[in-house]
Amino acid sequence: MLELLSHTFMQRALIEAVLIGAVCAVVGVYVVLNGLSFIGAGISHSTFAGVAIGLLLGIDPLLTALLFSTGVALSIGWVSEKTDLKHDTSVGIFFAATMALGVLLIGFLKDFYVDVFSYLFGNILALTAADLWISLAMTVLITATILLLFKEFLALSFDAEVASVMGLPVRFLHYLLLVLMALTVVLSVKSVGVVLVSALIVTPAAAAYQLTVNFRRMMVLSVLIGVGSTVSGLLLSYWIDFPSGAGIVLIATCLFFLSWLVSPRRRHARMHATDF
Amino acid sequence: MNHEHHTTLRPAGAPNDTAPQPYDIEFRAVSVRYDRLPALENVTFGIPRGSFWGIIGPNGSGKSTLVKTALGLLKPYEGTVLTLGHQPADLGPLRARIGYVPQYAELDFSFPLQVLDVVAMGMYGEIGLFGRVRKQHRARALEALERVQMQDFAYRQISALSGGQRQRVLIARALVVNPTLLILDEPTAALDHSSSEGLYEWINSLHGDSGMTIILVTHDIGVVSEYVDSIACLNRTLVAHGRPEDVLTTPTLENMYGCGAVLFGHGEVPHMVVHHEK
Ligand SMILES: Nc1ncnc2c1ncn2[C@@H]1O[C@H](COP(=O)(O)OP(=O)(O)OP(=O)(O)O)[C@@H](O)[C@H]1O
Ligand SMILES: [Mg+2]
Repeated sequence: MLELLSHTFMQRALIEAVLIGAVCAVVGVYVVLNGLSFIGAGISHSTFAGVAIGLLLGIDPLLTALLFSTGVALSIGWVSEKTDLKHDTSVGIFFAATMALGVLLIGFLKDFYVDVFSYLFGNILALTAADLWISLAMTVLITATILLLFKEFLALSFDAEVASVMGLPVRFLHYLLLVLMALTVVLSVKSVGVVLVSALIVTPAAAAYQLTVNFRRMMVLSVLIGVGSTVSGLLLSYWIDFPSGAGIVLIATCLFFLSWLVSPRRRHARMHATDF
Repeated sequence: MNHEHHTTLRPAGAPNDTAPQPYDIEFRAVSVRYDRLPALENVTFGIPRGSFWGIIGPNGSGKSTLVKTALGLLKPYEGTVLTLGHQPADLGPLRARIGYVPQYAELDFSFPLQVLDVVAMGMYGEIGLFGRVRKQHRARALEALERVQMQDFAYRQISALSGGQRQRVLIARALVVNPTLLILDEPTAALDHSSSEGLYEWINSLHGDSGMTIILVTHDIGVVSEYVDSIACLNRTLVAHGRPEDVLTTPTLENMYGCGAVLFGHGEVPHMVVHHEK
């Protein structure tokens, strides 16, 4: 264990695992409670095109991914607001369109194959010190925003209409949540990859939802499950040479099913099923 | 004695011979559309401060649309809306004087919240951005729960409440800011007959005690006419409004429901039977 910590890449990976585990779990709570899981998947897949643009232009792919995914997140919100389409329909359109764009752009880039693969599935063992500082800054920014606007996001999630009557800036909060999702996705893409990052956002929060009927406790449990998954997934990938992103997501999924099995919420629902 | 026709521009409820009374809600020739589909057309009325109004009409007649327009959730396509004397978008801090109980069905009661948390949400606007729910807010939330006789449930999960108890919690959330204007959109939709009557009586006593303006959207025409000062009958446009005994006439109800309807007396309360043709 201590020997493992003597590697710089492993120290970095562990810090990164804690950061993204926590930030994904915090944002994930609002994603799950607002029913935005599919939007999370849409945003994360759009990151692929953002990365491709960066690789093609020779700019830092994470920067282009950040701009591109934020744009896509806002567009999904805007299209669902301005048209009669439900969120899932506009996500369906953007999901496919951005993937197609990404594949098209990658087509010009055949020699960068390995790079592309690491963005698709993530590699938490290949982080630079600069990557880590960026992660730390973004984690602080996202978490601080969520904690400062804790009750506003809660009101938005439970009853947006009454929140709006009370004068809360509901529209702004909704778009802000979409932007925070995009930031979280891009932040985590290097470690778990485009394909798996939305699971890291949704699964710990969904597991926590099974375990408690208290909002604050759900937040804390989500973070514990998220960080537990990222750290143990990382260790697993170190010991048995396993792709880290896949390990993290599979562990989170196992924790979700465990939570579901012991869920007081589910047992409660079954117990009272005959009441209705 | 005749109620005013809805196309007149002077709001209903204005006494003809005294100084104009302040209206808590005033619609002047208001039309509301969803995209191009009209939901309300040329609606004009005024709800005097301190009155108790019932709004009735068939499903899809625009009752919720009217309420949402008054609250600024929807913008009128034409006409002017004044709520507490202001355009809804410019209400500012006056928003804290409005209590709103939305139509029940749309909320997710499996949400991980306790009853007290939900009631405290009524004060979020007042607490302001970045502010925290403090001890004094929790105390006020408890008081609001006492007013709806739900104080014993303060620390229950909202998922573990019955439909009627949930409804009371939503009313407590609206009351926690001590509103002067309370708007309830079909508050009895989830309640059985006797709980509905209980709730109406309770709302009526609330009106009597506090003098707050109450607007109640409902389908229980007969019951409500016992309590309210005025009834507005909607069917895309304002079919009629005025005192219950003037408004609840066979022609009005026929106009509103678009089918034969008869009223029959039951004490002083008119009851209605709608004949579906064919
Ligand atoms: N969000 C919306 N988008 C488009 N049309 C809508 C929307 N909401 C309501 N409508 C339409 O506007 C009309 C009025 O709806 P509204 O909800 O105001 O009726 P209501 O009188 O409250 O009915 P109910 O008794 O069923 O609650 C209906 O024809 C409805 O289909
Ligand atoms: Mg309605």
